[in-house]
Amino acid sequence: MSKLTPVLSANWDDKDSFTIEGYKRAGGYQAVTKALAMEPDAVITMIKDSGLRGRGGAGFPTGSKWGFIPQGDNKEHYLVVNADESEPGTCKDTPLLLANPHVLIEGIIIGSYAIRANHAFIYLRGEIVHVYRRVQQAIEDAYKAGLLGKNIGGKGFDLELTLHAGAGAYICGEETALLDSLEGFRGQPRLRPPFPAIAGLYAKPTVVNNVESIASVPAIIKNGVEWFQTMGTEKSKGFTLYSLSGHVNNPGQFEAPLGITLREILDLAGGVRTGHKLKFWTPGGSSTPMFTDEHLDIPLDYEGVSAAGSMLGTKALQIFDETTCVVRATLRWCEFYKHESCGKCTPCREGTWWLVQMLQDLEDGKGTEADLTKLLDLCDNIAGRSFCALADGAVAPIISSLKYFRDEYLEHQRNGGCPFDPVASTLFKTVGA
Amino acid sequence: MNFTSDQLKIMDSIIARYPRSRSAVMPLLHYVQALDGYVTPRGIEKIAELLDISTAEVTAVSSFYTQYRTEPAGEYHVGVCINTLCAVMGGDAIYESLETHLGIKNHETTADGKVSIERIECNAACDYAPVVMVNWEFYDNQTPQSVKDLVDSARAGNPTAPTRGPKTLRTWKQNSEVLAGLNDGLANEGVSAGEATLLGLKIARGEK
Repeated sequence: MSKLTPVLSANWDDKDSFTIEGYKRAGGYQAVTKALAMEPDAVITMIKDSGLRGRGGAGFPTGSKWGFIPQGDNKEHYLVVNADESEPGTCKDTPLLLANPHVLIEGIIIGSYAIRANHAFIYLRGEIVHVYRRVQQAIEDAYKAGLLGKNIGGKGFDLELTLHAGAGAYICGEETALLDSLEGFRGQPRLRPPFPAIAGLYAKPTVVNNVESIASVPAIIKNGVEWFQTMGTEKSKGFTLYSLSGHVNNPGQFEAPLGITLREILDLAGGVRTGHKLKFWTPGGSSTPMFTDEHLDIPLDYEGVSAAGSMLGTKALQIFDETTCVVRATLRWCEFYKHESCGKCTPCREGTWWLVQMLQDLEDGKGTEADLTKLLDLCDNIAGRSFCALADGAVAPIISSLKYFRDEYLEHQRNGGCPFDPVASTLFKTVGA
Repeated sequence: MNFTSDQLKIMDSIIARYPRSRSAVMPLLHYVQALDGYVTPRGIEKIAELLDISTAEVTAVSSFYTQYRTEPAGEYHVGVCINTLCAVMGGDAIYESLETHLGIKNHETTADGKVSIERIECNAACDYAPVVMVNWEFYDNQTPQSVKDLVDSARAGNPTAPTRGPKTLRTWKQNSEVLAGLNDGLANEGVSAGEATLLGLKIARGEK
């Protein structure tokens, strides 16, 4: 029997899993009834006790975040869901929302009730129209069913839910940039403190949670803390979505307890592309330092990945085999960060520009060994010197690829250019090209 | 040319979704694109007037986000993912062959106004790489040939349907209207999940 634990994904193969009828048939909207019968503080305590940690990358305890909202302050409170999924490699919230938007709405109702918010927002990436349709229809149907609006479930709780489309800016996945964007400004991060729990949307106490974090709430409320804690490891409790992509025989979504290893997931997925071997991979998107085949048995939980020098991030397992040039991969990621830098902080705005130029020279075989030292020196002057973590993400693939593949950088110089054939890494070198 | 009273009513309804009017600037920009095909000067002026902010403030927002265009998009706007994973697995080859096939470059539109192309970043479908988006609908597991066929079908007025999306591909303007929050009633069309999405679930059930 596999270690997999489908909870969020359990009904995704129902043809109507995304409708309110389909969700209710799968047991949906039972948790909200249970939660509304509890005191809001008891809901917060339950989520705290469960050990649920943020699934958007940082891993901050969700219940604690909720607990930071000052109560009895006579201010509006807001719950904002970060559905701006755009970290390279990350592809979990999008299929979740396509297949089951109602589980997010149920989580939003419960979370808003707990933190005493009467208006919640979903900040949804604007570049996937069909997900927008599914979420919008789900919201309309939830209003019709009395699950949103005034006096929800006859319990005197009111909640408005607004869906907001982004417009193509990776930086808006950073929570304070997201809030600026939602307020109608350019999406640039804010200096903290104050944190959103004190001064968030419209300077009011605000919780910003990732889609998967909020979508995990109904199952915890319904099945209990003990059930949730039967899954996962000591400090990383519960189930989560791992997204396997790249040079594997069968890419896809794997919902498993935190702490599963890449080796175990690869075994389930039929391994690395036949006839090839693993070269490097990311545990949680391009901003998480890359791993190699030495790291196949690291428990993929917050502590395990961190102890091995990376971050669990969004559990976006991007697999690259030996046909892939690590310099090309790193350059392309760096071009992404350069493009997505919001321009607010100088080290990031200027630094990513410099990094791309140096990496391009190295990829073209025009770099020198001294450039590698300079490159690391630049990284040192960029990471940790900006308002947000975008620049840290930009240097992560550079530092980690140099750590594991320094000689491959030098081979480009010796070879007078990239020694790899890009055709060999494509999927269609023999078919359909 | 002025906006019609029906269009102005829609703009008012967009503003009414938010506790503070300025928050409506992004959906209003999507709506202007739905009407005009890009962010037009008349659109910027109207948004500024409705939100009581300056045209410079509206432009500052629209110029920050890549989805807002300064020139008309094609009826079918084709985005090829060239972020690392898709690029390595074939996105670069797809993009190059598409440029050659259409005879246009990044951000350009064919002379008939039908197809525009763009190098796009990771679109959250890595388990379906290489990925192409047309009017921000998913076309999964693409090859250079499949994308040539796709744009040819679009130019012939009979575009291939998205992999995970509505039964019929809508135009770029029509999809911009959805992003402004106008329900086109197509949410129930298309699959709940693609094959890769369901892989873990099927393995867990012993079906794979």
